[in-house]
Amino acid sequence: MNVAELTLLLVIASFLAGLLGSLTGLGGGVVLVPLLTIFFKVDIRYAIGASLVSVIATSSGAAAAYVKEGFSNIRIGMFLEIATTVGALCGAFLSTIAPSQVLAIIFGLVLLCSAYWSRKPRTRQERDLPPDPLATRLKMNGSFPSEEDGRARPYNAQNVPAGFSLMFGAGAISGLLGIGSGAMKVVALDQAMKLPFKVSTTTSNFMIGVTAATSAGIYLNRGYIDPGLAMPVMLGVLSGSLLGARILMTAETKILRLIFSLVIVTLGAQMIYQGLSGSL
Amino acid sequence: MMRNWSDRNIEEILGEILRAGVILSALVVFVGGWLYLIGNAWARPDYRIFRGEPTDLRTLGGIFHGALQLRARAVIQLGLLCLIATPVLRVMASILGFAAERDRMYAIFTSLVLGILLYSLLGAGSAF
Repeated sequence: MNVAELTLLLVIASFLAGLLGSLTGLGGGVVLVPLLTIFFKVDIRYAIGASLVSVIATSSGAAAAYVKEGFSNIRIGMFLEIATTVGALCGAFLSTIAPSQVLAIIFGLVLLCSAYWSRKPRTRQERDLPPDPLATRLKMNGSFPSEEDGRARPYNAQNVPAGFSLMFGAGAISGLLGIGSGAMKVVALDQAMKLPFKVSTTTSNFMIGVTAATSAGIYLNRGYIDPGLAMPVMLGVLSGSLLGARILMTAETKILRLIFSLVIVTLGAQMIYQGLSGSL
Repeated sequence: MMRNWSDRNIEEILGEILRAGVILSALVVFVGGWLYLIGNAWARPDYRIFRGEPTDLRTLGGIFHGALQLRARAVIQLGLLCLIATPVLRVMASILGFAAERDRMYAIFTSLVLGILLYSLLGAGSAF
């Protein structure tokens, strides 16, 4: 395949990944690396580099809109970014010493986990929790515009240490595998810290860019980011996810999520198989 | 606790920074990509084996130097650098915002994040 053909195919594949990722809310980054390694036979290190820069692009693009709407809690985001950036540094360093096969197997396992998390029915948020002393000291309680009447709804953040530890893990995974690890960030905010779901998803998105930029610095210095590969992938994913954010599909979203989850599970199994059999 | 006016202000500025950074970097990457396709359309790339990028495509100085000479791959890297710089700018703006609100605690937390980011961008790679 020559550069022109490869670039065209990469733009199309990345566009679809970005579109599906944004329509389903599962993020496009998670399918990019398997797509590049399994179908385009790209070394997993180049794939991780290209995926990571597109993660920064989509998360910054989406966060620009969310931040203005007042859903994301910038204090919680900033505080937890201490954990995610330290985690991302550790993950990126590990990534430079781990063999390709090990990376592929870990990647496959993370894909299976994120498919599971995204299928898990969301637990009904307990409302009106009492303020937590630590979260209050850290000024983390806030409010968000309610979907029904647009009025400000207050909430109290809980369990800061658990959220902080989970965020360290999410940062490490992001740095190790070049994905946004949005699913794990949402688990930390929504399940551990008991924030409203909309606040969790937008704050997570807000944090992804900073986390990814931390490991991107190391990837760039280590020569993982190839311009010929990152260019079509970044432009494709970005345009796909921007389009996805504009189309509001309500009825088909459930089926789409199911299909996309199946794709993720298949790719995850394939990554583990290729890692174990050493055919990467 | 209600968000005060000043918090909303920070958020709007952050939103603008993110939007501008993404647009600028996409444009630069697009221009670089165009140059790259014109010059290399028939080349046969091989990404099967990891070799790592040459030094002038992985250091700030090398990328700026190459981009000034309009070398396609360096222009793309410059666009990607803009992209990586966007969250860094966002963190810097937040520090100023928290300082303006006289929120010392969060100005310190945010400075810590900035320190880690700058360490990764400027220091960590060469440590290996």
